[in-house]
This record gives sequence, structure tokens and C-alpha cells, in this order.
Amino acid sequence: MSNEIISFFNTFLSTSQSEAMATFVGIFFLINFVIIIVAFMTLLERRLLGRLQNRIGPNRTGPNGLLQPFADVIKLLTKEDIVIPAADRWPFNIAPLLALMPALSVWIVIPFAPTWILADLDIGILFVIAITGVSVIGVFMSGWASANKFALLGSMRSVASIISYEVPMILAIIAVVLLVGSMSMQQIVLFQSIPLVLVQPASFVIFLLAIVAELNRSPFDIVEAESEIIAGYHTEYTGMKFATFFLAEYTAALAWSAVVVTLFLSGWRIPFVQADIHPFIDGLVFLIKTIFVFCIFVWFRGTWPRLRIDQILGFSWKVLFPIATLNLVITAIEVLVFNDVFAVAEGETLPTIALVAMGLINIAIFIVVGIALNKFIKPIDQEPQSYPVTREGMTL
Amino acid sequence: MTSFYGLGALKGLIVTLRYLFRKPFTVEYPDEKLVPNPRFRGNSFVWYEDRCTGNGACAKACPLGIIRIVTHPTSRPDIGNLYAIDRFDIDTGRCMFCALCIEACPYDAVFMGNDFERATKTRDGLVIHKEDLVTGAKLPTQQFRPQLEAMEYKGEEELDQHEAGRWSL
Repeated sequence: MSNEIISFFNTFLSTSQSEAMATFVGIFFLINFVIIIVAFMTLLERRLLGRLQNRIGPNRTGPNGLLQPFADVIKLLTKEDIVIPAADRWPFNIAPLLALMPALSVWIVIPFAPTWILADLDIGILFVIAITGVSVIGVFMSGWASANKFALLGSMRSVASIISYEVPMILAIIAVVLLVGSMSMQQIVLFQSIPLVLVQPASFVIFLLAIVAELNRSPFDIVEAESEIIAGYHTEYTGMKFATFFLAEYTAALAWSAVVVTLFLSGWRIPFVQADIHPFIDGLVFLIKTIFVFCIFVWFRGTWPRLRIDQILGFSWKVLFPIATLNLVITAIEVLVFNDVFAVAEGETLPTIALVAMGLINIAIFIVVGIALNKFIKPIDQEPQSYPVTREGMTL
Repeated sequence: MTSFYGLGALKGLIVTLRYLFRKPFTVEYPDEKLVPNPRFRGNSFVWYEDRCTGNGACAKACPLGIIRIVTHPTSRPDIGNLYAIDRFDIDTGRCMFCALCIEACPYDAVFMGNDFERATKTRDGLVIHKEDLVTGAKLPTQQFRPQLEAMEYKGEEELDQHEAGRWSL
């Protein structure tokens, strides 16, 4: 595909110039495609959330509410752009872009199909982790520049939760990387003759929950907890700047869904089907899987109430972190042992039977740890102490 | 009960998933309308001029004094005392829909209606005049009218004065 674009530009440009132009064309199409999909994801989220809550959701703008995203955009575009006088102007204005940029950059290494990847980096997954770390700066910058205590509180909470959830998330990724033996996103997809969610279910669950926290989505959305701190870090933002934050949030959600699909749900491959069929079909499969994972996020949001900050951080450090560490150690041992047992040569992958065995071991460990956690971890909230009430109704 | 860590959260997920495949509770009002309760005290009145004697019982019973009746004497041999109605105005802008006027009427001439879509932009628009009552839809409700309940009348078809009242005048 890229070769055709390059040869098209070659008719009137030099080779290096046409390669650069082809990259620009790729970026242009990718960004627009992603943003359009994201716009409809907001609609999907609202409709799905409505159905989960026994109502319909927005369905009156156009057929089935399909024009709702455009109505939202027009509304946000025409809103007054307010920069409060007390705000620190430069960080205040840069922050939305700084939040959006990493979310869009992730898509560089997302493999939509065997040939449809903007840059197949050897360190693909590391790039994802590194670049999404930048978005914290955007969030923190906006909170700091807003001259608003709620905004500052929100961004502080964001930093706290993102930093603690990055640890189990990365540990879960490392388990996958150990298994695959490569950080390249394409290699990870090509490895998955059976989806890695069956081989590493514990990693999958840890990764999914860590992402939900990373994205500041419900139930980990203390960053923008309406009942506590108004809108969190974007309290002071209006119009298009707010829209940029909103877009960044949803782009990141979709990007992380795509990463989940790549790491655990065998990417563009139809599960249990060996070869790639056609780039368009592969891309469609990838998109469907991504939307499915996004729907899981919506499902979480529609189900679980918001946690307190101590519960969130406690869940990260007391529950996810030990499981992730244990899982990593066991996976490392498994990889070593199975490589020996099945005499896997350099550059070859483990046979399917080894992967199945790993999956069974993983599930067994998951169950054991689940029961053990239930034994050892006491809920943070004890039963409220009941006070004896006297005849006069006074509390003793 | 929960023997496995996080089992409660999973149960919650299954509960919401069930709602996903259920029909939403929402009624999309202008497109679909619910049939009001048979005893609904709606935002309208049904009045049968032929049953009304102009005795003004409803106007006397009204706690707010919003029923205005202007009559002049006439006679009808079959009934005896009878007044012809010149004006019969009900100011629903001030009405609290207590249905005491319906209870007061000895001749089953006035009923509560089941209309609820009478929003207007002026207070005057809320006043129901005699002409509106004469030409309006004759869809009474069962409020203080047990004969309608006995008929199992649900407010679906219009009733004339013989069907609605307990006896024909």
C-alpha cells in the first residue's frame, strides 16, 4: 500500500521526498480516520450506557442519533473560549494539545493489518508506554495552570493514580513480551496462533483494569469526580479546548483498546484462522475487536460505582501489583522450562501445546490467588459500628 | 458468600449485562403515548350541555372559585326547573384538579377529561370556554363516576350524554 503511494509521488518528486510525503499521507489519513471513529465512539458509549441503565440514550439527532457527534462538535466549536485572568496562559493553552498528542501518537505503532502500520518499531509496546506517559504532563499542566483548587486536586489525583497503575500494567505487558520474545507489535500479533488472552488470562485482567485506571475512566474516575471536584482538571476549560481534552480522553481509550487487541486478542487475525486474508478484512476484524474492547470499558462504567482514592491506590498496590509480579515470575519460569522441554530452537516459537499448558497454569494460579486474596485482604470499609441507644435516644 | 476476590464486581457486571438485552423503560413521548389511568384527573373537562341544569353546584363547590356560570331562566316541561347556560368558563390556569366540581354535580353533567396536552403561551389560553366544552372531545374519565367504572370505560372512545350519565334527562 505504501509502495503505491511512494510510486505515485515519485512521478514528480525525488525518492526521499516521496517517502516523506507518503508518511504524511499516512499520518493524515490515520489521524482523520481515528478522530472520526472516536467521534462515533462517544455516541456508542452514550447509547450503550443508556441501554445498560435501562434507558435509550441520544437517538433523536439523525437516524438513531448518528448525527449527534456532529451536533456536539458544532456546539463546542461555537462556545466562547474563556481563559480566566488568573490562569497561567501558556501552560493553560498548551495543556490540551499535550494531552491529545500522545493519544494520537499511539496509533503510529498500532498494526491494523499485516502491511497497514505506520511504523513497525522494534520497541512498539515500549513506545506506547513511553508516549502515553506524556499525557500525564498535559493533565497536570492544565490543573496547575487553571488557578483553581479543584482542577489542581483533580490533576494531583490523576498523577497519583496513573503512576501507581503504570506499575502493574507494565508488569502485565512484560509477561506477554517474555512469552513472545519481541516488543514489535506486528511480531506480537504474528505470535498469536491462539489469542494470548487464553494463554495469559491473569495478565489480561490486570492489564484491562490498569488501563481503565490509566484512562481515568469509571470506576477509577476520581480525576473528574463530579460529586467531589466539579470536572477535575478541565474545570476551567470551555469550548474547543475542553473538546480537545474530551477528544484526547476518548482517543486514548480507543488507542488502549487497540493495544489490548494487539497484545491479547490476536490483533488483526481472526482467532484460530492461520493466515491473513486481505488487508481490508484484517483491518475490519481489528476494528471490530477494538470496538468490542471499548464496549467493555463502557460496561465497566455502567456497572461499577466510583472508588475512593485510597481504595484505588490500595487496589493497585495490594492486589494488582502482587498478582502481576507473581504472574511475571511464573511466566518467566514457564518460558525457560518450556523452551527446554520442547527444545525450541533460536527464532522459533513455543508449540501450541505449551501455550495451552501455560494457559491452564495461569488460570489455576489466578484462582488460587483470588481465593487467597479473599482470605487475606480485608475490605477497607468495616461494618459501621453500632452504638447502643438509650431510652432517651441519646447515643452513648 | 464471596469466596473469590472480586466476585461481587463480576456479579454486578452480569446484572448490568442483563439490562443491555432488555427493552428500555423510556417512553419516547411525542412518538408513543401511554394511555392515562382510567380515573385520571386530566387537564381538561367534559361537559354535556343537555345534562346541565345550570344549578351552579359545581361553581359553588369549587374551592378556588374558578368556574364562572352565567344563566338565564327557561323552562322545559319534562324537567321543570332549568336554566339555559350562557357562559360556562373554567380557568384551568388556577385549577388544582381536585374534582370537587365533579362530585358536586347532581346530574352527571361535568366529568374530568383525560387530556394532558394543553400547554399554551398565555394564561388566557388556559381558560376553557363554553364553546370549547361543547365542541371538545367527549372523553370523560372515571373520576367520581362509578357508572363508567362499571362499564369498564377506559377513555378510548367518545361517549354521548346518555352513555355517560346515570340516567337520561
